[in-house]
Amino acid sequence: MELLGLVNYALFMAIFIGIYALLALGLNIQWGFAGLFNAGIAGFFAVGAYTSAILSSPAVEGRIGGFELHFVIGWVGAMLAAALVAWPIGKICLRFRSDYLAIASIGIAEIIRLVIKSEPALTNAARGISRIPRPAGDLGYMESQIAYLIIVLAVLIAAYVLVERQFNAPWGRMMRAIRDNENAANAMGKDVEFRRLEAFIFGSALMGLSGALFAHFNRSITPEAIDPMVATFLVWIMLILGGSGNNRGAILGAAVVWIIWSVSEIATDRLPHEYAVQAKYIRLFLIGLMLQLVLRFRPEGLLPEPLRGDQRSTKSGADH
Amino acid sequence: MDFLDLINFYVVPGIVLGSIYAFGAVGITLIFAILRYAHLAHGDLATLGAFIALAVVTSLGFSPLIALPIAIIATAAVAVGIDKVFYDHLRERPKIVTVMASLGIALMVRAVVQVVWGVDTQTYSRGIVRPEDYFGIRIRDRELYTIFAMIVLVGGLQLFLTRSKWGKAMRAMSDNPNLALLSGIDNKKVVMLTWIVAGGLCAASGFFLGYNTELKSMMGWHMLLPMFAAAILGGVGRVEGAVLGGLIVGIAEEMSVLVLPSEYKAAMAFAILLFMLLVRPTGLLKGKVL
Repeated sequence: MELLGLVNYALFMAIFIGIYALLALGLNIQWGFAGLFNAGIAGFFAVGAYTSAILSSPAVEGRIGGFELHFVIGWVGAMLAAALVAWPIGKICLRFRSDYLAIASIGIAEIIRLVIKSEPALTNAARGISRIPRPAGDLGYMESQIAYLIIVLAVLIAAYVLVERQFNAPWGRMMRAIRDNENAANAMGKDVEFRRLEAFIFGSALMGLSGALFAHFNRSITPEAIDPMVATFLVWIMLILGGSGNNRGAILGAAVVWIIWSVSEIATDRLPHEYAVQAKYIRLFLIGLMLQLVLRFRPEGLLPEPLRGDQRSTKSGADH
Repeated sequence: MDFLDLINFYVVPGIVLGSIYAFGAVGITLIFAILRYAHLAHGDLATLGAFIALAVVTSLGFSPLIALPIAIIATAAVAVGIDKVFYDHLRERPKIVTVMASLGIALMVRAVVQVVWGVDTQTYSRGIVRPEDYFGIRIRDRELYTIFAMIVLVGGLQLFLTRSKWGKAMRAMSDNPNLALLSGIDNKKVVMLTWIVAGGLCAASGFFLGYNTELKSMMGWHMLLPMFAAAILGGVGRVEGAVLGGLIVGIAEEMSVLVLPSEYKAAMAFAILLFMLLVRPTGLLKGKVL
């Protein structure tokens, strides 16, 4: 019984790591490739979660949606919706330094939170949307957890392969050129603003997909399902600790940070109640401190960005 | 609705809220112009200032207005300390790294407030204050103090920036850092002065928000967006612009209730921010664009 509980917990954790790894990959496209500071990750996550929920849940009186579409359509819709939200923000803010994007993305996340909480016709306000179909959800408990983990891993691997391909492709090299020296890239005839917009939209779409995976896993989504500030910050620390600019680093960071975060939660939950509340905020303090320490002592992260990026060219370069 | 109602229910609260935003926006605009990054921990520093004042009020029994100067000094010291410990060593790295560090600091400062003071809503003093009637315009004393304090503190800062040697040094760093360094301005002192000014104003901002409404651990974070909108609306680097921007954002937020559901009050600042970035990124008073 004990063993079974452990296995179940490990499965649960692995699914969450997969979902966060997708977020970290999305952020890696934005920050690691293009140097764009997105502080509204939770907003795009929520857009994806709610879009997929509306598209695939059964109809309810007095609420838009309930189209009962296949979950794959919901997930594609989640990516499109997140991209659609990202587009105007990027269009306006990417002409300037990334500081402006940081502020605007905090703003858009806040607006999305407001809309979710106060539009009963769209998101069912505080009660949220329930009865979201879960792929392979009608199997037994453990079988369905395993099946969902396989689906999450398949999505994550597909995303990783695609993003990694782009990293080594001319597009990825161009993005890093823009990130490292905007003026030089501009002088080479690259359309800096448009390319940044591309990176911002691709990254946001991945974040939306991750939100959809989360909503279908929980079978429901409410405004309180995730704490926006904590989620956004966790994804940042995952990417920075894992190694920004390195896709494997982003996934490794997601695993390391999520394990630390969950294990510390188990530890603090064992405390007596009067300390448990305070311990929650002490954990937040420590995760903030962790970012400061990583920025100071290991800014390149656990797995640094590959210097040349394209390994094939360095290998062939050595042959000549 | 007649004209006086409009003034009493929308414009006066708007000016008070705007003054509160102005305190924060002035600090943001100075940091943006002199140190050249967006400081995302500004709102939470304001929360800390408000709660330090609360600690003085509850432990020493002072009246809130006497606690204000103590909170200003303490928060300025905290701001200088945060800069020395966390931001200083990032100076040679791209500025956006410091923006990220400040997001972490925002979380840390808020966590400190939540651990020390808890997450429940608190107030400086209990009881309902009736507004006084001035020729039909109804203002509470605390609202007058807020506006008055804003005029005195920001006016004093403006005098300091235009008349004193160190104020001029700060403006020189903002206009042209290389030239300023070449003319022998001590960068370290300018950075420290900037943090003293910004930290002190933060405390005033948080204090007056708590004084006029109530104290919550998330109050500062929710002020961050309006404060940035105010700084950009006025023009980055322009102190008088930040005040003007703060007042406009404050009044716009209060007036938005006339046309939008009140839940979307907070969206007003965001709309102003995007609109300014779209049509006039230099702001009303021709500030910088970084």
